[in-house]
Amino acid sequence: MLEAYLPIFVLLGIALFLAIVLAILSRVIGPYRPSATKLRPYESGMDPVGDAKERYSISFYMVAMEFIVFDLEIIFIYPWAVRYKELGLGTFFAVMVFILILTLGLIYTLKKESKNFQISKSTN
Amino acid sequence: MEIINDLLLFLPATIVAIGGLTVMMLDGYKARSRTIYTTTMVFLGIALGVASWDLLMQAPELIFSDMAGAGGTAAFGTFIVVFGTFFTVILTHDYLIGVKHNFPQVYPLLMFCTFGMIVLATANDLVTVFVGLETMSVCLYALAGIIRDKRLGVESALKYFVMGAFSTGFFLYGITLLYGATGSTSLPEIGAYTDGGLIYWGGVSLLLVAFMFKVSAVPFHMWTPDVYTGSPTTITAYMSTAGKTASFVALVLILDRAMPFIATELTATFSIIALLTMILGNAVAMVQDNVKRMLAYSSIAHVGYLFVGLAAGSVAGYSAVLFYLLAYTFMNVGAFGVVAYYEKNHDVHFNNVESYAGLGYQRPIMGVLLSIFLFSLAGIPISAGFNAKYLVFSAGIEAGLVSLVVVGVLASAASAYYYLRVMVYLYFREGKESVSLIEPKKVYSFSLVFLALLTLYFGVVPGGVTEMIYGYFSDSMLTATAP
Amino acid sequence: MIGLELYLGVSAVLFVIGVLGVLIRKNAIVVFMCVELMLSAVNISLVAFSASMGDVHGMILVFFVLCVAAAEACVGLAIVIAIYRNNITADISKINLLRW
Repeated sequence: MLEAYLPIFVLLGIALFLAIVLAILSRVIGPYRPSATKLRPYESGMDPVGDAKERYSISFYMVAMEFIVFDLEIIFIYPWAVRYKELGLGTFFAVMVFILILTLGLIYTLKKESKNFQISKSTN
Repeated sequence: MEIINDLLLFLPATIVAIGGLTVMMLDGYKARSRTIYTTTMVFLGIALGVASWDLLMQAPELIFSDMAGAGGTAAFGTFIVVFGTFFTVILTHDYLIGVKHNFPQVYPLLMFCTFGMIVLATANDLVTVFVGLETMSVCLYALAGIIRDKRLGVESALKYFVMGAFSTGFFLYGITLLYGATGSTSLPEIGAYTDGGLIYWGGVSLLLVAFMFKVSAVPFHMWTPDVYTGSPTTITAYMSTAGKTASFVALVLILDRAMPFIATELTATFSIIALLTMILGNAVAMVQDNVKRMLAYSSIAHVGYLFVGLAAGSVAGYSAVLFYLLAYTFMNVGAFGVVAYYEKNHDVHFNNVESYAGLGYQRPIMGVLLSIFLFSLAGIPISAGFNAKYLVFSAGIEAGLVSLVVVGVLASAASAYYYLRVMVYLYFREGKESVSLIEPKKVYSFSLVFLALLTLYFGVVPGGVTEMIYGYFSDSMLTATAP
Repeated sequence: MIGLELYLGVSAVLFVIGVLGVLIRKNAIVVFMCVELMLSAVNISLVAFSASMGDVHGMILVFFVLCVAAAEACVGLAIVIAIYRNNITADISKINLLRW
């Protein structure tokens, strides 16, 4: 039973070995020139200093909402993608129309939201 | 290819959807509001033409692997919805300019909403019902709060959203239980199931509760007055006519196809709902001073009359309901149209009945039109409203619901009080200060006159239409099992 | 093998929690979360029925439910943002302009 999993353990071993070797190599060979910006903890490009409860720009919520919608639409494409060959050309075009409609929605949001995106870019 | 054929049979919805996308892109590329409005009207005009053709020529047929229907009740529902939308868009354009909130987003939202309504009204499967209902509802939540810097509108949108999403949960649970009991989501296959059982009855009751939420029948009506008062007036007209029509057509389809064998069991429930709805709707409408709120409660009362037809549980009852929806669309869009006209000359809060004092003489045509629509809503003869009520009540009598019909007639007579009260203010009260009404646009008054003419026409000769509607149910299980 | 009844039981309990949450909680965001809980509860029973009957229709309906839930959440959040801008509150007991 366990023998069936042997290749996975081998893979895990190789991955671990490679990761350690690469980390050591980069430390030994690579140049190390620290600066204040580089040493700061990384937090999605935002300044991590200050109160965590500050007010975020509304554009973050807009992007989050758009993400939810476009992210979920993919569940309609998955079933088609797994049975792609059996379903034939008609379904292919149907899915293309579906994707086209999604693209139109995306273009619309980009057009409408362009102002908001600009604001978040300039604050960085 | 089959899909092309199906799409052709589904053409009104396809046109509306393509129109919605086009208008959305025009809005995205910042086209002028006038252009967007014109494009919307062109697409809706074509869709209305195709829908009328379907209504007159198309034989009943099932499309998209039996998920939806074309012709028959489907064509009828589609026609009412597209018709209602067509006039709503004309009124909305003028109204939003009048109240200085001319958001172009309203047109794509209206189009997508209409698409959802058509899907709902043509459904033959609970999945389609669900998708249509939700497309409609999500767009309506947004439309209710479209004037987003007015507190009233946004509050009504939130209320509508919370209640709507809540009822969606019940609706889905109902579908799920029905699916679990019968093993299918297709309406005729559910209709073929006769074993009963706890899961089945749980599903049926949750489904009906959710529909009562959506059409605002009485124990579940709390959101209606608030939402109808807070939303932009023409959007209220849209919700109460096209939205209600689509939901009711779907309800009739579900009752007729998916529950033909339990129609007699449901009679008692529907009778109680009808009774409560008629009494409460009319009673509370009497004490309202805000005309929009009065019309909201009156729309609840009308749902009560419609439920008399559903309680009858017969082909006559169902076809009476469909005719009622047609008549109600004419008169309610018209009535809200005139209210919107009075309102846009002033401000959003110009809806108190006292501010209507003496307005009937200022623009005589508008006064007369409002009177016609209100007479029809009250169910006074030679109006579509009278014939619709007559059909519903006679179906009730045939089904032996005499006491219910007596209450209905009394409630309807009492309703004349609050409709006539508006007219008393229009014509027999002196206005406090002279309110100036600007002349309505030609297209605005022309559409209202057209609706009034239709209201009167269906008051005089309803014959052909009622027979046509009756024919839709010729293959109904109810006729097959009728004694 | 876990029986169908257990799945349905869990789903019913979650659904009731969602309903009670919508009725009791005051914060609009929490109310949305409870609505989402109701929809997810339904998904559990749909998938359970679907699997026990070996029929895919229920699973397809789950896709639609997920999508609709996302769309509803979007519109709902947008409405809450709009109301927050007007009222500076997300407490639905303070949203009381319209009564009776």
